[in-house]
Amino acid sequence: MKSTQRQKVLTLYLSTSALDSDVLGWSIYDGSGKDAHTTGDSDEPPYESGLEALRDGWRLIQHPVLIPPYPGEEYTTSFMKYGFLFEKLEDIEE
Amino acid sequence: MTDKQHLLTSKQMAEFVARGFLRFDELVPDEINQAVMRAIDTQVIKGHRSGTPLSQCYQGTPIRKLLDLPQIQGLIQSLVGQDPLFDHDAIHVREPNEGSAQGLHADSIIDCRTHFDIQLMYFPHDVPLEMGGTLLLPGSHFRRVNEMDVAAYQNMRGQIPMVCKAGAILALHHGIWHCGRQNKTRRRRYMFKLRLNPAVRQLRLWNTDDLDDEYRRAKAIHSAFPMGDDVQGILARREPWFEQASGRLEVVNRIKLWRFLTGDEEFDVHYWLGRLENMPA
Repeated sequence: MKSTQRQKVLTLYLSTSALDSDVLGWSIYDGSGKDAHTTGDSDEPPYESGLEALRDGWRLIQHPVLIPPYPGEEYTTSFMKYGFLFEKLEDIEE
Repeated sequence: MTDKQHLLTSKQMAEFVARGFLRFDELVPDEINQAVMRAIDTQVIKGHRSGTPLSQCYQGTPIRKLLDLPQIQGLIQSLVGQDPLFDHDAIHVREPNEGSAQGLHADSIIDCRTHFDIQLMYFPHDVPLEMGGTLLLPGSHFRRVNEMDVAAYQNMRGQIPMVCKAGAILALHHGIWHCGRQNKTRRRRYMFKLRLNPAVRQLRLWNTDDLDDEYRRAKAIHSAFPMGDDVQGILARREPWFEQASGRLEVVNRIKLWRFLTGDEEFDVHYWLGRLENMPA
């Protein structure tokens, strides 16, 4: 039986490793095809914190692992450190 | 030699060090904008071999007229010296009614130098919001990433879509994260980009008349003090997308670049480096 649901995923990049800290960046990919998001399409985040996304029904499926800095790289900055991945299942019409 | 009045001030340099870009709206006169648009249409603008002194490039074209503007000369001299080297150029085109934007990225490949190249972005026609404009993320230039590594980040607090009138110029540090936003209009969008390499050591190339003992004097640290609008205050200002902890490291990155550019190995902001350098024998 073919599934009539598709995954919609949301990544929130937070200010600290705490799920209730502020949202700094966000990305949304919608497998149902109802929404299409792309770079630079919104200046306002969908939620103020990760916890607010949970309260709106998003399921947390991955949280960031804390990795100590490599020796000699203690002051180097690179990727966003606190990306939390959420999902929702969206119904689609057959 | 460029007149001092056209060189950047120390506060402008601090803005560049802190945010990785400087923006100049309606800088280029309309006659040059129109001539460049015609030159793009007729494919008159040709690139040069990498490493060619900029003074030898674009002779007889409207791009040369643009580069000869005293404000542009002052900008270039302040950041990469009087006669930097041509790296490459590009006429970036965003087609009408695009389905999506370009992914966020830093140009070229991962670059660990303290020395920096600049990229001039020139917008020869009006760019309204629905046309997109280049998106840039202030303060991203110190982050060590390799080109499209960061394409997963769709939106960040504090991102700037380049919405402007014709004749705007952006001067970017080579490491700035940026992308071409989606063009939802029925017209093509053009942006001319030129990357320049310094040919001299980037040491006090701007107008440093305002660098006195007072500007670098250590300030009392108290959480209730408002952030000043001076060099130290500009270098201490956080971007809205900085993580709480990494944001402190970004200030350290700025201090290190400011020390490199001024030759002042004891300059500090908010005691971030002085505390670590205190190692009594």
